[in-house]
Amino acid sequence: MVDKDTPVIQLQDVYRTYKMGDQVLNALDGVDVDISRNEYIAIVGASGSGKSTMMNIIGCLDRVTKGEYLLNGINVSEMSEAELARARNREIGFVFQSFNLLSRASALKNVMQPLVYRGIPRVERKRIASEALEHVGLGDRLASRPNEMSGGQRQRVAIARALVGKPAILLADEPTGNLDSKTSREIMALIDELHIQGQTIIMVTHEADIAAHCDRVIRLEDGKIESDIQQQGTALRDRGGLSH
Amino acid sequence: MCMLLESFRSALESIRAHGFRSLLTSLGIIIGVASVIAVVSIVQGLSYTINAQFAGLGGNSLTVRSYTPFKKQLQGRFAKLRDSDMQLISHRIDGISDITPILYTQSGRRGSISYRSQTSFSQVIGIGPSYLDVNSVYPEKGRFFTADDDARRRLVCAVGADVIENLEIPGDPIGEFFRVGNEWCKIVGVIEKRGELLGFSQDDYVLLPYGTAKRIMGASRDLDIQIQLIVDDMNRQEEIKDRIRRVLRQEHGLKSGEPDDFKVQTAEQLTESFNKVISTITAVSIGIVGISLLVGGIGIMNIMLVSVTERTREIGILKALGATRQDILLQFLIEALTLTMIGGLVGVAIGYGVGALVASLLPGFPAAHVPLWAVMLSFGFCGAVGVIFGIVPAAKAAQLNPIDALRYE
Repeated sequence: MVDKDTPVIQLQDVYRTYKMGDQVLNALDGVDVDISRNEYIAIVGASGSGKSTMMNIIGCLDRVTKGEYLLNGINVSEMSEAELARARNREIGFVFQSFNLLSRASALKNVMQPLVYRGIPRVERKRIASEALEHVGLGDRLASRPNEMSGGQRQRVAIARALVGKPAILLADEPTGNLDSKTSREIMALIDELHIQGQTIIMVTHEADIAAHCDRVIRLEDGKIESDIQQQGTALRDRGGLSH
Repeated sequence: MCMLLESFRSALESIRAHGFRSLLTSLGIIIGVASVIAVVSIVQGLSYTINAQFAGLGGNSLTVRSYTPFKKQLQGRFAKLRDSDMQLISHRIDGISDITPILYTQSGRRGSISYRSQTSFSQVIGIGPSYLDVNSVYPEKGRFFTADDDARRRLVCAVGADVIENLEIPGDPIGEFFRVGNEWCKIVGVIEKRGELLGFSQDDYVLLPYGTAKRIMGASRDLDIQIQLIVDDMNRQEEIKDRIRRVLRQEHGLKSGEPDDFKVQTAEQLTESFNKVISTITAVSIGIVGISLLVGGIGIMNIMLVSVTERTREIGILKALGATRQDILLQFLIEALTLTMIGGLVGVAIGYGVGALVASLLPGFPAAHVPLWAVMLSFGFCGAVGVIFGIVPAAKAAQLNPIDALRYE
């Protein structure tokens, strides 16, 4: 275990630059952020503010153009392609707006998939994955395929898959974006619960009432941090409800 | 190892998910492999049977026959082997036994034979008594003729089973007379049945004592015979071949530099020249099949490229979950490989079926025989096609940027 006080994520003067013909676009323009263990963070901002780019960089899907990104104290910018894949597998759990489940595979197989890349034997994978699905309340839907499940159930499978490898961070990109308000409340209640159990969570959202669940809100604008506010999240105060 | 197994499992799932498409994709491979196996099984079955036939013609036998180069044939000067040549060989060369002349009457054409109102055509051959031992044929009924029959030019004969059938000789044929050319011959023996080869009967012949055959043919000076003999010691085969050549060259008055007007062939050489034809047919058909496998491979590459594009998002997801480039490469490569190998398996099965069917439908055709090397070669080729044509789509999949892949609609 890394020292509890070391930030799990450190972004130091991070730039991410896209070249489009002659134009140079700074999607991230000198970002400095430290994120500690067990934080519950919302990254908000208008579209094009750079929040997706930040999410990709934190999730080791993308590399910084300039600056440093330390994940658990290890410099990600110096990692090889294979090491990045390993970091995604072990340290990051992704939850996407559009679920991104493997459509041909059952819920159980979806959740087993990250463990394949760790070389865990099949029997063991099955056991761990079923536990993870039970944990999100889908113990009875192991064999269902994504197209046989509701949106809420799919997102639960996605959350189970994200957490099955016990990652350092849960990265959720608009996790309720494709869900109706009732299901959204259920999913947010589940995520709140994970936070209470000690999971570090980073959520990208543009909805103020989702961000209100978090303890800290980082607002991006034009690739820069516009504000970084600690707040009393509703997660602890009012479990399972969307408060206004 | 775990990764390989996982890739194989996912390949099977993906192939099953697109069952019909997978079938069409591997059809090229299936047809290619099926045709090579069918062709090889038929040709090899043929070769197998014919080799077995030649084996009956003992490996230690030599056949001497006249040989006229084409140029001389045009001039109308045909080389011949005569009785005197045989006498010479039998007197002047030791270490040989069972020497026998073979006289094909009507030089290749079939002679007319008749019994009561039935007329038929059959191969009429004049032979010495030791012909039986050299060629491993034995009478099933009755007896073979003796040296005495030969010396006295008795009108007796041994016939193949088909002759009895064709002439519709009822009851016990032994002792019956039928007409060969202009003479009446008595049947003293019926030779055991050998069956058909390539639809041609091997039991349609009349064997006469050599002397009798000469009598029927009018004892002309111009008879051309073949001489068969047994070499007692196999190790001396080459030496004896050489000595026969020298004796005959001298006898025929050939000057040094002039080519032989005869050929001395071993049974092995007959088999060899036949096998040469067989292997040429096999090689040509494998070449054609190679092309069809190539086409099949291109089909597989095409579908794999489509599949990679189609599954871009899936690849993105797998990468987000921690798949490395190698993992993705391996997965798609094994998928292509599985597709070709299944194609190969189905192809071998179908090819064997077709070969067996053809062999059973054609009368007198030998049973299909699929040698292991053909199966191995097919699988090897399928594997190579899978790897060669799978690597480009797999590399394309592995190189996908996870962010773009995840965003792909």
